[in-house]
Amino acid sequence: MIKHLLSAADLDADTATLILDTAGEMAALAEREVKKLPTLRGRTVVNLFYEDSTRTRISFEAAAKRLSADVINFSAKGSSVSKGESLKDTALTLQAMGADAVVIRHPASGAPDRLSSWVDGSVINAGDGTHEHPTQALLDAYTMRSRLGKLDGLNVAIVGDVLHSRVARSNVLLLTTLGAKVTLVGPPTLIPLSPGAAVSYDLDSVLPGADVVMMLRVQTERMQDSYFPSAREYSRRYGLDAARMRRLPEHAIVMHPGPMNRGMEIAPEVADSKRSTIVEQVANGVSARMAVLYLLLGGKA
Amino acid sequence: MTSSYVIRGASILGASPADLFVSDGVLVDSAPSNAEVVEADGLVALPGLVDLHTHLREPGREDAETVETGSRAAAMGGYTAVCAMANTSPVADTAGVVEQVWRLGREAGLVDVQPIGAVTVGLAGKQLAELGAMAASAASVRIFSDDGSCVADPRLMRRALEYVKAFDGIIAQHAEEPRLTEGAQMHEGEVSTRLGLTGWPAVAEEAIIARDVLLAEHVGSRLHVCHVSTAGSVEVLRQAKARGVRVTAEVTPHHLLLTDELAASYDPVFKVNPPLRTAKDVEALRAALIEGVIDIVATDHAPHAVEDKECEWAYARPGMVGLETALPVVLSVLGEQWDLIADRMSRTPARIAGLSSHGLSLRPGEPANLTLVDPAARRVVDPSGLTSKSRNTPYAGTTLPGRIVATFLRGEPTVLDGKAQK
Repeated sequence: MIKHLLSAADLDADTATLILDTAGEMAALAEREVKKLPTLRGRTVVNLFYEDSTRTRISFEAAAKRLSADVINFSAKGSSVSKGESLKDTALTLQAMGADAVVIRHPASGAPDRLSSWVDGSVINAGDGTHEHPTQALLDAYTMRSRLGKLDGLNVAIVGDVLHSRVARSNVLLLTTLGAKVTLVGPPTLIPLSPGAAVSYDLDSVLPGADVVMMLRVQTERMQDSYFPSAREYSRRYGLDAARMRRLPEHAIVMHPGPMNRGMEIAPEVADSKRSTIVEQVANGVSARMAVLYLLLGGKA
Repeated sequence: MTSSYVIRGASILGASPADLFVSDGVLVDSAPSNAEVVEADGLVALPGLVDLHTHLREPGREDAETVETGSRAAAMGGYTAVCAMANTSPVADTAGVVEQVWRLGREAGLVDVQPIGAVTVGLAGKQLAELGAMAASAASVRIFSDDGSCVADPRLMRRALEYVKAFDGIIAQHAEEPRLTEGAQMHEGEVSTRLGLTGWPAVAEEAIIARDVLLAEHVGSRLHVCHVSTAGSVEVLRQAKARGVRVTAEVTPHHLLLTDELAASYDPVFKVNPPLRTAKDVEALRAALIEGVIDIVATDHAPHAVEDKECEWAYARPGMVGLETALPVVLSVLGEQWDLIADRMSRTPARIAGLSSHGLSLRPGEPANLTLVDPAARRVVDPSGLTSKSRNTPYAGTTLPGRIVATFLRGEPTVLDGKAQK
């Protein structure tokens, strides 16, 4: 097993599949009355969050606690080189406290990589800048597999602000490893150079062939930077509304990593439809993160 | 102190071994009496190197480098003259600051330190600094640069180019269109996409160079382009030179050797501005340097304190130290083409900077500014072994050819047996 989870590229097909299978076992546990395993008793997991992200932090916290780990939440928002303790000094502190795993969310791409060179414990990337969010990709893959029964050969459209999306980067890597075919859809201004997947600027033409449509959050501030002219035009060209949803094949699912801008990239009736997996994704997030903690910290599958 | 030396058996620019005689600061044609002998068997003699682009950090960041420590690092790298960039704190935008740097250089006495003056007040790009006062000062500034920032306003750039004609000045441009590089962290391309770091597109450099060569042509002024980093910039320069525009250009050693793939470690020791580019760019820069489209190698020696590099990539300061590794890197890239190396690292930079006692042939009557290199030696770069006050070298653990054995400034050794003499 790998020591750190910094990028979805750290996972080969066998490792990724093992994590997804383990997540399945963890999900079964959630059905039981006592939702707790003793596996990580006496181990310490630190949630080191340099950005507000209640949903991700709670998900990791629940995952660690269900495995009986001691959890320390370290909110370091606003902390930076200029304002407070350096990441390296924080790392040395966590090291001294004997952290077995550090879950880090950070606004700077690559911060988890840097941290992993300064601590002995496992480092799990819970989202770094515009780089990656590998556990999100795992929970997304788990959700797709649960709903559609497989990943190999699936056509997955990832729609929206791919340029700034760590979710998109991790999903492209993981889904490709697992045999899915990814198409990135969005205005050309929001698709990076050499994105490592197929690209389309036309959502309507992609939808009929899609098994999965993953809508990304689009920040309205991007229009101040001329990535697109207005929220309305964005929504008209790339938003998933009920009419567009009808272009999808019968079995296709709609995903969103949250938090959503209802009415911008996704219409409320789509978000609340039967195709939507948005609530499931949250539940699956705990299972996937349990699997990651369990396997990285030396649990036996 | 001895002031007479016999440098025995040195190979001048790779020619057959001969003795060089030094007396009272100049090269002479016969052995002076009571001369100290410096054995130079197997060593190549080059005119002392001249760096057109050095950050000495003083005044303001003496924790990273001082004029003295940077001068010593330069001497250890074979340099006898360096041009000190203006982005100090306070900025070298007045006669007072440039004279201070110039005086500190004289006091250190390890290399000739030629201050560069800022183009605009505080490097803010709004208002011309007192260029004439700096030119007329004891520092006799001739090169002006806002390096670190681009003189982005086309009208201000035009005025600066025109204004310095009165004292044969030259504007050295840091070519970076700021609107195209907001938040930029590394070269924009496949690697920046993968790493999720905001891209610094090649066009942001090329667009400014294209504009500036047209401006320089329009007003008939001299333009120097700092740290050219892209294949596209080379083509813009090639066309401008073919039209007779008075433009010169430099490339750094790191842009001749390293690529953007190194950012994958997220170790900010590889963060530099302009950023490391692709292998295709490296290839074009090497060819341009050999061909002469790029005139010189300049180090962009940029020392930084540990805390400014031991952090997240996005928060780190850009820059690399380079004075002590420049010649070995160039040697590894060009091979033992000694005349070409002397031209690109001594003669031409001295000519651009107007440093008339540097970059001269090693023949009797000329000032004894020279360096002796052992081309057979190879060394593994060890950051803790650097003379510079800072350790931010991208070459840690890399084996590079060539060792600077001795450097003479006006007939006095600043380095002997690979050790600084003061």
